[in-house]
Amino acid sequence: MPGAIQAEGLVKTFGDVKALDGVDLEVPEGTVLGLLGPNGAGKTTTVRCLTTLLRPDSGRAVVAGIDVLKDPDAVRRSIGLSGQFAAVDEYLTGRENLQMVGQLYQMKAKAARARADELLEQFHLADAADRTAKTYSGGMRRRLDLAAALVVSPPVMFMDEPTTGLDPRNRQQLWEVIKDLVSGGTTLLLTTQYLEEADHLAHDIAVVDHGKVIAQGTSDQLKARTGGERVEVVVHEREHIRTAAALLDKYSLRGLGQGDTTVEEHMRKITTPVSGGAKLLAEIIRELDTEGIEIDDIGLRRPTLDDVFLSLTGHAAESELSDEEAAK
Amino acid sequence: MSAVTESVRIASHGNAFTRSVRDSLVVAKRNLIRMMRIPEVVIFGLIQPIMFVVLFSYVFGGSLDVGGSTSPQVYREFLMAGIFAQTVTFATAGAGAGIAEDMHKGLIDRFRSLPMARGAVLTGRTLADMVQTALTLLVLAIVALLVGWRTHTSVGEVLGAFGLLLLTGYAFTWIGAVIGLSVRTPEAATSGGLVWLFPVTFVSNAFVDSSNMTPWLRHIADWNPFSATVQACRELFGNPGVSTSDAWPMQHAVWASVIYSVLIIAIFRTLAVRKYRSAAA
Repeated sequence: MPGAIQAEGLVKTFGDVKALDGVDLEVPEGTVLGLLGPNGAGKTTTVRCLTTLLRPDSGRAVVAGIDVLKDPDAVRRSIGLSGQFAAVDEYLTGRENLQMVGQLYQMKAKAARARADELLEQFHLADAADRTAKTYSGGMRRRLDLAAALVVSPPVMFMDEPTTGLDPRNRQQLWEVIKDLVSGGTTLLLTTQYLEEADHLAHDIAVVDHGKVIAQGTSDQLKARTGGERVEVVVHEREHIRTAAALLDKYSLRGLGQGDTTVEEHMRKITTPVSGGAKLLAEIIRELDTEGIEIDDIGLRRPTLDDVFLSLTGHAAESELSDEEAAK
Repeated sequence: MSAVTESVRIASHGNAFTRSVRDSLVVAKRNLIRMMRIPEVVIFGLIQPIMFVVLFSYVFGGSLDVGGSTSPQVYREFLMAGIFAQTVTFATAGAGAGIAEDMHKGLIDRFRSLPMARGAVLTGRTLADMVQTALTLLVLAIVALLVGWRTHTSVGEVLGAFGLLLLTGYAFTWIGAVIGLSVRTPEAATSGGLVWLFPVTFVSNAFVDSSNMTPWLRHIADWNPFSATVQACRELFGNPGVSTSDAWPMQHAVWASVIYSVLIIAIFRTLAVRKYRSAAA
């Protein structure tokens, strides 16, 4: 079974800007791929190419087994798209919005209405079904937009920054909805600039920068590339730094090419790469105690996707340029 | 992938044409619901032509020469075809602004990701605008009757004139659609949709007798598509001031009006649908 989403060498240029510079992707059926990257990296352009909204200058894409360039209309029947702007008609009620979308997916009016009611219930919008979307909160609009993308239960879904601009509670809620969806077997391509979100929702993560996929793998694989866990100790007395560093160095994995024990004198902080997790941490605490070294803080630190991004691209996951601006 | 086969089955029910009609009606319904929920747009759309009727009738009436007469009553009857025609063309701005707003809000992206007929979003919008135009014409005709406008022909001819006006208005909304898809903001579409209409509607026979214009201007006015509709309406209403110019559109105004409208629709619909297909917010 080929991937539900496959892209090979997608290139798209806007004027002088190469928005996509040969994007290759493969999303196996029933899995979630998180497309991760800063603004302007080419995430939205990739989604627009895969959802038939934009024709790439070159390259090939297959979605749900259908060639995107040869038969875009058939692709549209098999996908749902939820964008970053919550594209619902604010002067229509929630029900009217969903019914309209259903009818435009070529459902009969009655079937579209029944489906709308089902979705409103599922997305906790039943109470607001007959209010215009204008009166909805940001989170409700996002849910309505997502519901609109799910009217025909498409086998392949695209979500372009589904939680951008949402408060933590609404984000959490939307995550739950997305998880439910995926457990039902939907293939999902999700773009995000929140590393935490990709970590949370995606089976696989593709890191995009300057219109290219620069790394792909599971969250753990990507983290392993950056290095494993580290122990960080902050000692109370400055004169204990040397002793503590020597002690920690015994546990260091530098022989495996994971870097050295580092000391930040001004913060009285010692960091060393380790493997062994919480058990090791307990052992280190006991040893420090035996040596009579008083500590202010100790912790096991796992690399975040922020670290991953930094080590892959050499810059943090932020940029002032948005996709759109970069496209101009 | 049962959902795929299901939707393919549904879509294969009708041929491309019935699908296009059906999708257009779904979108038209959406736009009509919007109009009902934002009645101020319709109301402001009415105030302007009513104001023109009153201002032109009472300010210009009596000082302008129509077919050798300066009677205010003659001018009022002469004027109405012009105001009706100008009003229907102003629907251009509404169509443009609506489509530009849909682009801006990402709705066009949503529509373009759906398996719907390609021209339906635009056709739906222009059809809804035609309904609004019909409503505006109805109110305007009542106001016109109140200030003394009368028709002197059969009911069929009067209805024919209103039919031509609706067709003209419909054609012009396709120009609005192209404008709406070409600009970045709804505000630009509103002003861009209106600004060129002033010369088009004033360099015409709408408000003054074009035979009083300098020859080169008169030629433009006589061949102006907008003048054909005004002339046709005057003939069909039996109102004074029918131009005796020997320019073809003035001699065969009804036909000229129909041909111009069909041409405008053919050209601008093609342009608009092409723009829509590659539209990017």
